[in-house]
Amino acid sequence: MEIRLEPQGKRLMLSGRRRVGDLVRSLDLVAGTVMVIRGDQLLTDDEMVEDGDAIEVRAVISGGVR
Amino acid sequence: MKCRRCTAKATVQLRSHNSAFCRQCFIFFFQRSVERAIERERMFTREEPVLVAVSGGKDSLALWDALTALGYATEGVYLGLGIGDYSVESQRKVEAYAERTGLPLRVVRLEEENDGLGVTEAAAFTRREPCSACGTFKRHYFDRAALAGGFAVLATGHNLDDEAARLLGNVLHWQLPYLATQRPVLTPTHPKFARKVRPLYRTSEYETAAYAFLRGIDYVVAECPNSHGATQLVYKELLNRLELSMPGSKLAFVNDFLRHAQPLFTAAPENDPGECKRCGMPARAELCGYCRLVAEIERRRAVRTVAHS
Repeated sequence: MEIRLEPQGKRLMLSGRRRVGDLVRSLDLVAGTVMVIRGDQLLTDDEMVEDGDAIEVRAVISGGVR
Repeated sequence: MKCRRCTAKATVQLRSHNSAFCRQCFIFFFQRSVERAIERERMFTREEPVLVAVSGGKDSLALWDALTALGYATEGVYLGLGIGDYSVESQRKVEAYAERTGLPLRVVRLEEENDGLGVTEAAAFTRREPCSACGTFKRHYFDRAALAGGFAVLATGHNLDDEAARLLGNVLHWQLPYLATQRPVLTPTHPKFARKVRPLYRTSEYETAAYAFLRGIDYVVAECPNSHGATQLVYKELLNRLELSMPGSKLAFVNDFLRHAQPLFTAAPENDPGECKRCGMPARAELCGYCRLVAEIERRRAVRTVAHS
């Protein structure tokens, strides 16, 4: 499956069926700080993603006060 | 995972609430949460027009969308900060949203107001952090826009994560004056100021992002280029690690502060502000913060011009 990380615009390929929660952990990301999107659907942790899927992992954190 | 309200397949999972919702029920939950925050803190009524500061990001556009859906009378104000392509894209997204929804929008561009100076140039001239100059510009122009439009209420999209990070920073450094004024509603201290409100103060960043996504709001996903390494992001990361182990911590931190601790912090007594000699906006000194910044830039520009001539 193709994973697109936003806003970095980074792309990577992963193979193998897995839960969304496991995907987020394997990318070393913290649950609740990203949205996992397939097409026009937001995915919950228990959903499965698999080969052939195009997945966007979009960060939700913003802010810039130094 | 099933929706808590209707048992359909869930699409949004909220660990802090130990809940999940389908699209339709989440939109209802989000808008109801915003409405409850407004009512709980007596922010404004449906009879008061609200000026919403919109940046093109998920929070402010989600706020504008939810307030409109809830039947509040709103107008947007966008401040172009002159931060290169980031500002160009932000303005485009805000204008596209306003056009699609038919909502009124005021656009103010710093380069047109400030003799060609945006945040980046202002920071470079004064050697301040860009975020410091940005904050000064925003406060001034949002206050001015509210005054010019006759708005008694100015709403911003600060969310729960913003409030929790700000609170952590204020507590770590025991910033007593800031703790005394960290509230979701700031009462005006001068007739030229609007009431400043933060209706998303109990709503997490994940919730605003999910709401914007599910409502089809096209927002700026890219981060401000000046935010790299920002202290607030360090605090947010810490709080998100805590939230992962103890869901609901951020909400409890902010909620319990506002309920139990905040009233114990009192601001040092100050005279009501007078008016800035240069722009006429409220000021506690001869010049307001904005005009002091502009005067500093003009001074440094003059020195540079002399040095180069």
